[in-house]
Amino acid sequence: MTTSTPPTPTASAKNPEQINPPGGTERRPIGQVLRSQLQQSLAFATLVVLIIFFSISSSSFFTVSNISGILLSTAVIGILAVGTTFVIITGGIDLSIGTGMTLCAVMTGVFITDMGLPLVVGVIGGIATGALMGLINGLNITFLGLPPFIATLAMMLIAQGLALVISGVAPIYFAEQAFKDIALGTLIPGLPNAVLILFACAIVAYVVLSKTILGRYTFAIGSNEEATRLSGVNTRKWTILIYTVAGIFTGIAGVVIAARLGSAQPQLGTGYELQAIAAVIIGGTSLLGGRGSILGTLIGALIMSVLINGLRILSIQTEWQNVVVGIVILVAVFTDSLRRRREA
Amino acid sequence: MSAIVSRDPVGVFGPDSHLSNEAGSIVTTHLLDVDGISKSFPGVQALKDVQFRLDRGEVLALVGENGAGKSSLMKILSGIYTKDEGTIRFEGNEVEIDGPRAAQALGISIIHQEMNLMPHLTVAQNIYIGREPRSLGGFVLRERALNKKAAELLKRLRIDLDPRQEVGELTVAKQQMVEIAKALSVDSKVLIMDEPTSSLTASESETLFRLIEGLKADGTGIIYISHRMEELGRIADRVTVIRDGRYVGTLEKGSFDVPTIIEMMVGRHIDENARPAVIDTHGNDVVLKVENLSTRNVVNDVSFELRRGEILGFAGLMGAGRTEVARAIIGADPKSSGTITINGKVVSISKPTDAVRHGIGYLSEDRKALGLLLGQTVSENILLPSLPNFTNPLGFVQPAKGKNVAKRYVDQLKIKTPSVQQVTKLLSGGNQQKVVIAKWLERDCDILIFDEPTRGIDVGAKDEIYALLNDLAARGKSIIVISSELPEVLRLSHRIAVMATGRITGFLDNEKATQNSVMELATRGHE
Ligand SMILES: Nc1ncnc2c1ncn2[C@@H]1O[C@H](COP(=O)(O)OP(=O)(O)OP(=O)(O)O)[C@@H](O)[C@H]1O
Ligand SMILES: [Mg+2]
Repeated sequence: MTTSTPPTPTASAKNPEQINPPGGTERRPIGQVLRSQLQQSLAFATLVVLIIFFSISSSSFFTVSNISGILLSTAVIGILAVGTTFVIITGGIDLSIGTGMTLCAVMTGVFITDMGLPLVVGVIGGIATGALMGLINGLNITFLGLPPFIATLAMMLIAQGLALVISGVAPIYFAEQAFKDIALGTLIPGLPNAVLILFACAIVAYVVLSKTILGRYTFAIGSNEEATRLSGVNTRKWTILIYTVAGIFTGIAGVVIAARLGSAQPQLGTGYELQAIAAVIIGGTSLLGGRGSILGTLIGALIMSVLINGLRILSIQTEWQNVVVGIVILVAVFTDSLRRRREA
Repeated sequence: MSAIVSRDPVGVFGPDSHLSNEAGSIVTTHLLDVDGISKSFPGVQALKDVQFRLDRGEVLALVGENGAGKSSLMKILSGIYTKDEGTIRFEGNEVEIDGPRAAQALGISIIHQEMNLMPHLTVAQNIYIGREPRSLGGFVLRERALNKKAAELLKRLRIDLDPRQEVGELTVAKQQMVEIAKALSVDSKVLIMDEPTSSLTASESETLFRLIEGLKADGTGIIYISHRMEELGRIADRVTVIRDGRYVGTLEKGSFDVPTIIEMMVGRHIDENARPAVIDTHGNDVVLKVENLSTRNVVNDVSFELRRGEILGFAGLMGAGRTEVARAIIGADPKSSGTITINGKVVSISKPTDAVRHGIGYLSEDRKALGLLLGQTVSENILLPSLPNFTNPLGFVQPAKGKNVAKRYVDQLKIKTPSVQQVTKLLSGGNQQKVVIAKWLERDCDILIFDEPTRGIDVGAKDEIYALLNDLAARGKSIIVISSELPEVLRLSHRIAVMATGRITGFLDNEKATQNSVMELATRGHE
């Protein structure tokens, strides 16, 4: 097609009416930028406050070994949360990441311990299991038209059942130290590898979300799926891809948790999905879709584990820990809705 | 011979040539030749044997009442709906358009009647969605190039927008300009505009018309849908009328005038320049008194009174702050100062529910985002604000009672729908607007604020709505009407408040108001 010069209307100088009259209601982008970062900055401030509070309350909180422990316990939830950030930005939800992670861990065990495959193959197999689950989620949502909640709820149960059946309801242990080193080794002294994996995942996810076409369509679908489709974007294809990406992160989390525990625990997993989703929301990603960030998710995940760790150090019962985490989620979602109301 | 000509692969006949019918030739190479199109939805025959043709470099206006099938026909052409029957010839070749991409590939682009933007993305990201500049195997976005491209496009089109601004933050009119820019960002051979001016003011529309003229000169064929009859004389070369999904006829340039078109559309005569009966409401009680109302960034010291039985029109250019006044009154936006007195009592309204409690109803200008539950049925929407009236003492909704009320509005406002149980999303644009109006009529507030009430509503139905508003006023309701259509303000209001840059620049009694006197006040402070 040849490029024709689009027409140039002649502006009439006499016309008193401007397209953009003075005193228009639009805010400038700078305000926008600030506002979209507000939830994130709020989350960050909360994190800082929590750290200061626990440091003052207990001398054993702000120590190298405890901080390193916090980071290690953030790793698994963090990786899950990073993956599910994509799904939540599209306005969807993925409930299958918790038990899905367990199934990936079990499959890794099957590949490495039961079948004796090389480590690398086993790890790739575990991650591929996650990708496959994500793919099936995506297909169910797009082609069968199931709501994400239902599709992934079903997958959550299927993954849980399969993990138990395949493992025979018994842990699968890993003999090789090299496998455990995936999580517990220290390429950087003092910092478990699992934390490095979390950061690597976050950086990759950040780049994909903000610099690539996949990220753009993630936001576009969450903002207005119909409009995106009508613009000629194959939204089905991208939705499937997005759930598959989330599945890959689930697979990585599965490998990391197996390596950290030295075994695949088939009973584990339920509850992780809610913690991950909570981290995403605390980090400012909107459940309504269209808005969110990886940095926020990372901060959200840190808040969760700092809180849990700190409460434990202060010897607060586990039951109360849950209550506190619940309240934090309420507060986070409330400030988010406050901000939205002001925007409207 | 005919086979060769009809393909015309290299454009032997040039971009503008078509062998004319009068010359007795067998073949024409119209840009678009549509024939025998039928389409039905469950319970609705939306189109039945519709035909039209479009040539290069012309504007074909497509008109018809709400629900006549205009948008459905255009959605077939742009690959969103598939036709049941009929043929589409594009540059002489029969084509099947089976998706938005197929339409794009042929060079058919469309500006949808309903906003189809991603509010969380920026202007530039919206314009080039699906066609982003990329690198590294098409996976990595080149954001800077994208913004630059968009800035150039907007500059060429003389649309004053920042490419990096989020679309959700723009006013409806500006969002419409984004849609227009988006459609013009591809070199299309056929450009479909489905009510592009319904949310634009006169000068923005004029900008659009100049763009259209430029596109015509380049040989683009344009299909233009509008309910604003006065626009047709300005830009249409031919007018095709459809009624109830059927083809009525086509009028050539020079042979059409507005009364004829309206009669073809509606089947009766309508006087577009009528004025309200002179009713003196000056002696009535003041129902609503607004004093020194200001908001943080737009509204500046606005004071006015609204009397019982009065229709007060708010006129002004876009950005004059009319909607902002309404939003501040009903508590949707914070006020920075000002008092509101209702029936002599000062009231504090800080959120929309307060307004409803004090008997103020507000019909918003953006029906999709704020006025309608698109996934709910027609009757659910109409009854929503007045649900307590349709429940028994235990709080259970009594559907039968409500259904009759909803049916009454469907008849009264001529809402075209197979039943009151139809999902609102499936109604035509104008009919959705009628549902919003019905909803507020049923709520029975004493003070009603209508913001662009007849946006996208056909001439016949407008007439019905005007009659209804007059009737409400005669029954003692007080009404504020905000409208960008000057004829509408003049037609409806007993008194007109004119705003410019956030202030009221004057009040006019209807008998004294003319288009010129209103415009004079509306442009005050703009020099
Ligand atoms: N997807 C759908 N499902 C069911 N009915 C539909 C659907 N789309 C359109 N219709 C019906 O088809 C008829 C024609 O609608 P269409 O939107 O084409 O009207 P229109 O001429 O564009 O009207 P308006 O001027 O109000 O925009 C209407 O009765 C509408 O309710
Ligand atoms: Mg329409």
